Amino acid sequence: MRNKLLVTTSPHIHTDESTARIMWMVIISLIPAGIAGIFIFGRDALWTIFLGIISALIAEGILQLLTKRKVTVLDGSAVLTGLLLSYNLPANVPFWIPIIGSFFAIAVGKQVFGGLGQNIFNPALVGRAFLVASWPKYLTTFPKPLSYDAVTSATPLAILKESKIVEHISYLDLFLGKKGGCIGEVCIAALLLGALFLLLRGYISWHIPVSFIVTTGMLTYIFGADGLFSGDWLFHILSGGLILGAFFMATDYVTSPLTKKGHIIFGIGCGLITAVIRLWGGYPEGVSFSILMMNAATPLIDRYTKSRIYGTKTRISNEKSN
Amino acid sequence: MKNLIKEFLKGIIKENPTFVLALGLCPTLAVSISVINGIGMGIAATFVLVGSNLIISLIKNFVPDRIRIPCFIVVIATFVTITELTMKAYFPPLNRALGIYVPLIVVNCIVLGRAEAFASKNNVIRSLFDGIGMGIGFTLALILISSIREFLGAGKILGLTVIKGFQPAFAIGMPSGALLVIGLLLGFFNLIKKENK
Repeated sequence: MRNKLLVTTSPHIHTDESTARIMWMVIISLIPAGIAGIFIFGRDALWTIFLGIISALIAEGILQLLTKRKVTVLDGSAVLTGLLLSYNLPANVPFWIPIIGSFFAIAVGKQVFGGLGQNIFNPALVGRAFLVASWPKYLTTFPKPLSYDAVTSATPLAILKESKIVEHISYLDLFLGKKGGCIGEVCIAALLLGALFLLLRGYISWHIPVSFIVTTGMLTYIFGADGLFSGDWLFHILSGGLILGAFFMATDYVTSPLTKKGHIIFGIGCGLITAVIRLWGGYPEGVSFSILMMNAATPLIDRYTKSRIYGTKTRISNEKSN
Repeated sequence: MKNLIKEFLKGIIKENPTFVLALGLCPTLAVSISVINGIGMGIAATFVLVGSNLIISLIKNFVPDRIRIPCFIVVIATFVTITELTMKAYFPPLNRALGIYVPLIVVNCIVLGRAEAFASKNNVIRSLFDGIGMGIGFTLALILISSIREFLGAGKILGLTVIKGFQPAFAIGMPSGALLVIGLLLGFFNLIKKENK
């Protein structure tokens, strides 16, 4: 009888939700896009994804053993980093590209900061940025979709950048993924399926993706063509890594702001930088760089959007008391 | 004598200007792209350090306290001018590679830091050994950083290809790579220091 009287401190209501569970859910939501990528680009894509995940796991395990931290390779975060990194690679990269990328992502992107929850930048994007800066020639040649041999093709965005005219590629092809690009970014339909699952289960909120995509769409509509307000905004939304980035990478819990207001600012910033890089920058695609830059701004956004602490009058007095 | 050896050795490991004092990082970031540049910069800075330490410890009693920094700068600038003119006359390619960073030794924090923190308070012999030690410490740090960067960023060491078919990572050769390599090395040396305690 005595054992039944339990006195605990709050919170009293809790769910069985955990970091590991959320990570695995995000991984599950990314599976359709991976299957689509493998279908479009063939066996190379599967091989690249496999190598990315395995080396991320190995890197995480080795570094946690070396730094004498708890080994948490099964919490899904390393798998997710490896998966997202390989989704951001062309299918025909040499085998060592995903391996080095994953090691760099885990080591420099995550473990040097102290592991999961401490990192400033999205680890997968750190890995990708390093690969793009180091071996640009492998990261910018893409296999031709549905050809399954060594034929390469450019992405629609690269063609636009080179020749300033969009080749005749239908919106349906862009939507279903029949275009050059990275493994995980091509099939918008599959990505939206996964994103819908995450949104319905409440793992991500709509604020970042919607403000990100709407900002990019609006800016490319206004400034995308020679005259104002005549850009091909749908083309810009459906090509490149915008959908993958907006739903799955910008929404990373660790590196995005905490409040809803902060989410909106973060999304608008990402969209702005993406559009600027795409329209006037040196690279054809800017999603990954825009997310990395806004990651750096996240602590600042959090500082200015934090909610009022109950009992304090204004934000200023609240900051003074800090 | 034992004391002098201590002054000499402290600059190499215990108080290494780059990895422990974290001074002079600007030239380190800029010139560590190849080993030969690193060695050239190291030797130039060592010469200036030894010379300025020597002269400043000699004149420390005549210099009024309030204007000591301008006086130190004049002494340092003299040695930097000697270095630059010598380099221009005898090693023009190295001078071209190092560019603005040779005249900028004037404001190198290591040189001014040693002048202010050591040479203006210690006698000539000790200052001389301190200068040599710090100079060698700086040169060794530059050689370490630049060999890592030249190997990973260009696949070469001292301009010679090391492994055939090695695909260099351009990012390491860029300024961002310098920050990355220096940051990781600093962390690594801090780790060793912590474990030795």
